Amino acid sequence: MLELYGQHISSRLLLGTALYPSPAIMAEAITASGANIVTVSLRRETSGGKSGGQFWSLIQSLGVRVLPNTAGCHSVKEAVTTAKMAREVFATSWIKLEVIGNHDTLQPDVFGLVEAARILASEGFEVFPYTTDDLVVAGRLLDAGCKVLMPWCAPIGSARGPQNLDALRSLRGHFSDVPLIVDAGIGRPSHATTVMELGYDAVLLNTAVAKAGDPVAMAAAFGKAVESGRQAFRAGPLEPRDMAVPSTPVIGMAAFS
Amino acid sequence: MKLTINGEQHEVTAATLAALLADLDYEGGWLATALNGEVVPARERDGCALADGDRIEILAPMKGG
Repeated sequence: MLELYGQHISSRLLLGTALYPSPAIMAEAITASGANIVTVSLRRETSGGKSGGQFWSLIQSLGVRVLPNTAGCHSVKEAVTTAKMAREVFATSWIKLEVIGNHDTLQPDVFGLVEAARILASEGFEVFPYTTDDLVVAGRLLDAGCKVLMPWCAPIGSARGPQNLDALRSLRGHFSDVPLIVDAGIGRPSHATTVMELGYDAVLLNTAVAKAGDPVAMAAAFGKAVESGRQAFRAGPLEPRDMAVPSTPVIGMAAFS
Repeated sequence: MKLTINGEQHEVTAATLAALLADLDYEGGWLATALNGEVVPARERDGCALADGDRIEILAPMKGG
């Protein structure tokens, strides 16, 4: 079973809570996906506003664990402050740490990310860093105190799927004991299955479900895809071969000429 | 005194962060607050004195990816 910071998690799919057509569809999609962990954020509340409370009540009613994010933060200071505020509101030391370095690609600022991770880990946070697929950065994040890594496979919301399988394989190979979650860039269930077949521990996605024609059905499809990929990894997939290899026995063939 | 609350200018009389939240009709255990970029936990809002020019952030749970 998947273990993240000492917590045993039955589903290997983590789902975001943004961009759904309605809160009701979001709730139904989360249930259909089988996800045990959902991501949430913190935003300014208007005076007298109740929207935050309503959203939080709905999430709590679903019986899932929350992973608050620092989405939109472009500096270490912003990310660290947001994380502290999230810890108080959501009563969890888990934080999906995002320090964004580029507006167009939403690529992580890996230098700021490592610095923020070190600060937060030293203050008792359990950090889930949203990072690139860079091997050296991954090592630095582990040195900083992270015990889980969340590399992207393509830019957030791009739906392009794994763009660099070699880098993902390399990460998996080097950090065989570290829970690795592919976060961002997944567009289709087959993308999720692909990274799970590589041995990734879990997948985190949002847009691919929320913006699907039928988010609830797509959530269920992703749940199955993740499970299927995991089972395939454990079963030991066949390596590709250069030449054809017959599957039907050649011994015992009739001779007609 | 003048405060910047969630990016907007406000003229207020509240002396503490707790009083400010009450005056502006913010309620609920789900709110998080910061004063001039530093987190102020809920239990410390009563004792958190405000001064002219302070910047205050009042945040709540929101959907996220």
